Amino acid sequence: MAAVQGSIVDAKDEADIKTEPAADGFGNNHANDAGVLSASPGSSAAAGNNKPAAGAPEDQQTLLAVLQFLRKNKLSESAEILRREAGLPEEVLDPKGADSAGSGLGSGADIDGGDASALLSRVTVTAAGGAKAPTKAAGEDQPDVNVVLSAYSQQGDPALYEVYYSGLKKFIESVLDCHRAELSQVFYPLFVHMYLELVYNNHEAEAKAFFEKFSGDQECYYEEDLRILSSLTKKEHMRGNETLLDFRTSKFVLRISRDSYQLLKRHLQERQNNQIWNIIQEHLYIDIFDGMPRSKSQIDAMSGSLAGEAKREANKAKVYYGLLKEPEIELPLDDEDEEAENEEGKPKKKKPKKDSTGSKSKKQDPNAPSQTRIPLPELKDSDKLDKIMYMKESTKRIRLGPDNLPSICFYTFLNAYQGLTAVDVTDDSSLIAGGFADSTVRVWSVTPKKLRKVKTASDLNLIDKESDDVLERIMDDKTASESKCLYGHSGPVYGISFSPDRNYLLSCSEDGTVRLWSLLTFTCLVGYKGHNYPVWDTQFSPYGYYFISGGHDRVARLWATDHHQPLRIFAGHLADVTCTRFHPNANYMATGSSDRTIRLWDVLTGNCVRIFTGHKGPIHALAFSPNGKFLASGATDGRVLLWDIGHGLMVGELKGHTECIYSLRFSRDGEILGSGSMDNTVRLWDAMKAFDDLETDDFTAATGHIHLQDNSQELLLGTYMTKSTPVVHLHFTRRNLLLAAGAYNP
Amino acid sequence: MAEERRQKQCSVSLPTESMKAMAESMGVGQLQEESCAALSEEVSYRIKEIAQDALKFMHHGKRRKLTTSDIDNALKLKNVEPLYGFQSQEFIPFRFASGGGRELHFYEEKEVDLSDIINTPLPRVPLDVSLKAHWLSIEGVQPSIPENPPPASKEQQKTESTEPLKVVKPGQEEKGAIQGKGQNTPAPDNKGKEKGLIRLKPRSTHELSVEQQLYYKEITEACVGSCEAKRAEALQSIATDPGLYQMLPRFSTFISEGVRVNVVQNNLALLIYLMRMVKALMDNPTLYLEKYLHELIPAVVTCIVSKQLCLRPDVDNHWALRDFAARLMAQSCKTFSTTTNNIQSRITKTLTKSLLDDKTQWTTRYGSIAGLAELGADVIKTLILPRLAVEGARIKAVMDGPVVSNIDRIGAEHVQSLLLKHCASVIAKIRPQPDNVEQYRTDFGYLGPMLCSHVMKARTQAALQAQQVNRTTLTITQPRSTLSVSQSGLSGSGGPRTPSIIKVPSSLTLMSPRPGTPSQPSPPATKYIVMGTSAGAASTQQVITLSSSQSASPVTSTVPSATSTLQPLVKLEPGSGSGLTAPRPMQKYIVVSLPSSASSLETKSSVLPSSISSTQVDGGIKLERSDSPAASTQSPH
Repeated sequence: MAAVQGSIVDAKDEADIKTEPAADGFGNNHANDAGVLSASPGSSAAAGNNKPAAGAPEDQQTLLAVLQFLRKNKLSESAEILRREAGLPEEVLDPKGADSAGSGLGSGADIDGGDASALLSRVTVTAAGGAKAPTKAAGEDQPDVNVVLSAYSQQGDPALYEVYYSGLKKFIESVLDCHRAELSQVFYPLFVHMYLELVYNNHEAEAKAFFEKFSGDQECYYEEDLRILSSLTKKEHMRGNETLLDFRTSKFVLRISRDSYQLLKRHLQERQNNQIWNIIQEHLYIDIFDGMPRSKSQIDAMSGSLAGEAKREANKAKVYYGLLKEPEIELPLDDEDEEAENEEGKPKKKKPKKDSTGSKSKKQDPNAPSQTRIPLPELKDSDKLDKIMYMKESTKRIRLGPDNLPSICFYTFLNAYQGLTAVDVTDDSSLIAGGFADSTVRVWSVTPKKLRKVKTASDLNLIDKESDDVLERIMDDKTASESKCLYGHSGPVYGISFSPDRNYLLSCSEDGTVRLWSLLTFTCLVGYKGHNYPVWDTQFSPYGYYFISGGHDRVARLWATDHHQPLRIFAGHLADVTCTRFHPNANYMATGSSDRTIRLWDVLTGNCVRIFTGHKGPIHALAFSPNGKFLASGATDGRVLLWDIGHGLMVGELKGHTECIYSLRFSRDGEILGSGSMDNTVRLWDAMKAFDDLETDDFTAATGHIHLQDNSQELLLGTYMTKSTPVVHLHFTRRNLLLAAGAYNP
Repeated sequence: MAEERRQKQCSVSLPTESMKAMAESMGVGQLQEESCAALSEEVSYRIKEIAQDALKFMHHGKRRKLTTSDIDNALKLKNVEPLYGFQSQEFIPFRFASGGGRELHFYEEKEVDLSDIINTPLPRVPLDVSLKAHWLSIEGVQPSIPENPPPASKEQQKTESTEPLKVVKPGQEEKGAIQGKGQNTPAPDNKGKEKGLIRLKPRSTHELSVEQQLYYKEITEACVGSCEAKRAEALQSIATDPGLYQMLPRFSTFISEGVRVNVVQNNLALLIYLMRMVKALMDNPTLYLEKYLHELIPAVVTCIVSKQLCLRPDVDNHWALRDFAARLMAQSCKTFSTTTNNIQSRITKTLTKSLLDDKTQWTTRYGSIAGLAELGADVIKTLILPRLAVEGARIKAVMDGPVVSNIDRIGAEHVQSLLLKHCASVIAKIRPQPDNVEQYRTDFGYLGPMLCSHVMKARTQAALQAQQVNRTTLTITQPRSTLSVSQSGLSGSGGPRTPSIIKVPSSLTLMSPRPGTPSQPSPPATKYIVMGTSAGAASTQQVITLSSSQSASPVTSTVPSATSTLQPLVKLEPGSGSGLTAPRPMQKYIVVSLPSSASSLETKSSVLPSSISSTQVDGGIKLERSDSPAASTQSPH
């Protein structure tokens, strides 16, 4: 154990901290010291004594566990920093350092005008604490997880658990219909925690009986978790089980109306049902709202995630979902456009139309973030050319709608032998790339233009650098081929993404790395290491330069191509981050996870600004609408959910797929949503209508309770079966032709 | 019900005997019962944990099937060394054995003879990944091309034909509307109005579009025209095109009328062409032929038993047509016969009647015998064998008696060789070993001596084949029935017999002959027989690829003989599809042998043959045989 004297700088800070919570701090410290004194070994006791004093006992307890861990591993500096940031007084865990702090305390007491005897007694107390430290350290070698688990150590009669549970069940079944649905939410978390308590206290047989008796009552969408839970039958299993830790470290959030809550509370107090009441107090977070209780369907729409619903305040932050202003590229555009038109023999003036498409960029959208909120890379000449191409194409775009469905061109990967794991298409639809289970990445050109490498360095020297077609001359025609294979990963490639300028390709893999490939040389440029576990998805920002990745380590990371370390780490998901998507304005990103939630993160601050719950399975597909207002998500449960980002609300549910949805894409104007699934179908949905209906609706935004109409069938515009080919990727070309891709699975 | 299942989930764990077996294989003799129980609980928990992680990899691999590599990745996640040597995409390399009340799954490692590997010709290199584009939908309408699934599935055709006026219940209406919308959206703009109405009248239109009329004309002309290349193309189209169901009534009428006319005119060539069309129609997996059997079967039967099929019966080879038609008949009996339509028994009755009739001509007699013989060994046993003596006498009368006519003589010769061919193999199976010429003569009369020599030949051939069977673990019991080959793989209820690939090098070729594209026509040298109801059902579909260069007729008779140099390759996917045989309630032992510990395992369990001995061969055959009848009664269609 390192003493704190090493850090001189901290001395001043300490004083700051102490004076700040002047009134509270005094009593608090005192209590802590007394705790250390009276406590026989065991860290939990020290932690437990903190509870009455601190405002958020749960948080503090966790913090203490972390601090303890840091100190044990001689990471005193980190411990110190954490302690300061958390605003904890130093003595909280530091009986040894107490003598150095003693003087500080003393001065504090002086200011407070405490008498000398009190001071004296405190000094002796701290001294005694210091003396006791070694014994304490000896008792500390239990893993820190125990601190977390210890909450289960309370002992109740195991035989009574069933009685308690069925008593509550009877009560809830007997209440008025309007409350029943709400109170039924309690069943699942209670069941889980009671079961875990039984297992923790080594009542194996009772636990098994309890599980068998009541697991059938739980909602069907919890089946997967129950399966994991069912395999967990021994206390030893609890250590290292991630799902369990999720249950423990995060409170299960329920949203219950005040009336229903009162009803429940009264019932439990009348019955003196402390066991259940304790669980509700400790492991559940009940978000009480005023107003009408919600109906069963309303609750079902929002529940299903690993840790219950999102707290209401979690979705209150302001999100700038508007689009960034497009840079003005006026002059060259006109020239080029005119030329092109003349070439095609159509002297028709397209200019007015073009202006109308560009009109949205004239005025700053009030919901848009400022242009420089996130520093974006500057436009290069080639980017401008590309923008011009884009503008030109968009004038030829087909307007889609229910009466005008897009044509679908399907790219089938043949002879992939079940190995195709990821697909991406460039924005201009000229290249298509596939990631495979055999660790390779392959790139195809789908235009007549073949893929060529840049010449070798010695050959490049011979080129006349002044010539106009230097960009053409650097390419080596001998290497021209329709497809190129990129080798470098050492595990299945789970995600790939083209850079917007088509010069780079990102791929992430089971081997824990994200790789950046050059599409000029077809070699690997960088391997970004950071995720130590499989990386499930990666995506370039719509403006290039930045990219995000998410993986089994439960965090998403933001990277810049020229930094080998991540710029941001987005932590919060309770299970694997399975898919990542950038918002069209690059200021936000969405992540979907195996914990069945979707989170929206602010790239600038790294904060989580939205949590969307409602899916009943791991999320495998996300798509932002082109206007940035909406988000669509698809999961293994075969449903597509639509979300309003601004209000943080679910606005639609599209049912129809029978298996996991792997790809979602909005058409270029946002009228049509395409979804591709493992069930070998591409389905088209009327996104316009789904969002229109909503806007005419009266928003119940304040409460966040949504009434979803079951209008999936009306919104479904078409279902297209493939021939045993799961649809892995969808892409709308700039002219609104839908490209789909998948591997033929004979 | 869900509750029941979950309860099972809760309680399933490995039996303690497995722990003991594993401990034994590691050299730990005595293991306490309690330690076994504790171990099994712990192991079960860990296995479940790993399986749940592996599922994650399956989902991200965008597959429906869990593979061994998923397990490996899950182990890696837990910082455990992955299991080496189980890299197999297609099947689980466990074999099953039972004996003494114990069931055992083991990982078979064969001794590979290096010279074998060196001497086998190099397999074809697997095809590289390639990209192919097609239109899934054109402005909301799915074009009917081979790359897309058939517009009306077989089930749909069936319900349409069996229940044409089925009342649509309110609950089904929605579902039907989706299907209708997705599968042949006429025009999406009036879908709102249509939704309620669409299912009320059967959708099978009776008018063909102009394109379909053109297609029909082209196809029929090509099928009966003079250009063989065109005909092959047309037949290929009939056999594979998914969108033919609307033209099916036309085709069936075309065939039945064609047969009627051409039998009268004795036009052998045209009859053969028409029969090939029937064959092609039957090969098309998307067609629901049941509705048109009443036209097709009489036509086929005509081609089997008609008195005269050609202008010059003494020269023309109308026998081949009869054989071919008989095989078609047998195939349709296997495919379509049910307890309600009784096709097989009705056909059998008809054929038997003409066989029993004394006045039947030799041509008809040949046809009825061929038709019966194709129906399988059981039919031969019960209906033809008792007739052998009578037929023999009749043949003798023609052969030895005064020359009546050349035609009769040729007919008698053909009947004789036909009888010998079919009966010999059956007799070889049912008659005990010593083949005595005299005994045969008393039993079968005139044909006895010839039968005897044929039977002996058949026996030696069977022995040869049996060796091959044992080596390849194929379940071929008779040289003919390819259907039962595929069947027996399916019939194993618990999937205990997981077939393994023959040899390492040939297992590679497995990949290459699979049809690469949905539409790719098969190259002429090899013939693919794809069995299974639909191309989509991953678990039931089986591709049996019989590469034989001498495949003369397009029938199922392309199973190579025992002496054939090329070996049949059978790819079978285990029914359950997952690598976890563990959580079954049945008591099973799983012995996982890592390469290092393999030798100790083999010495331990004496059930495993390390080399092929003759007794093992016999045992192997018996096992296969006992399974096959059950298998052949079950029909996949």
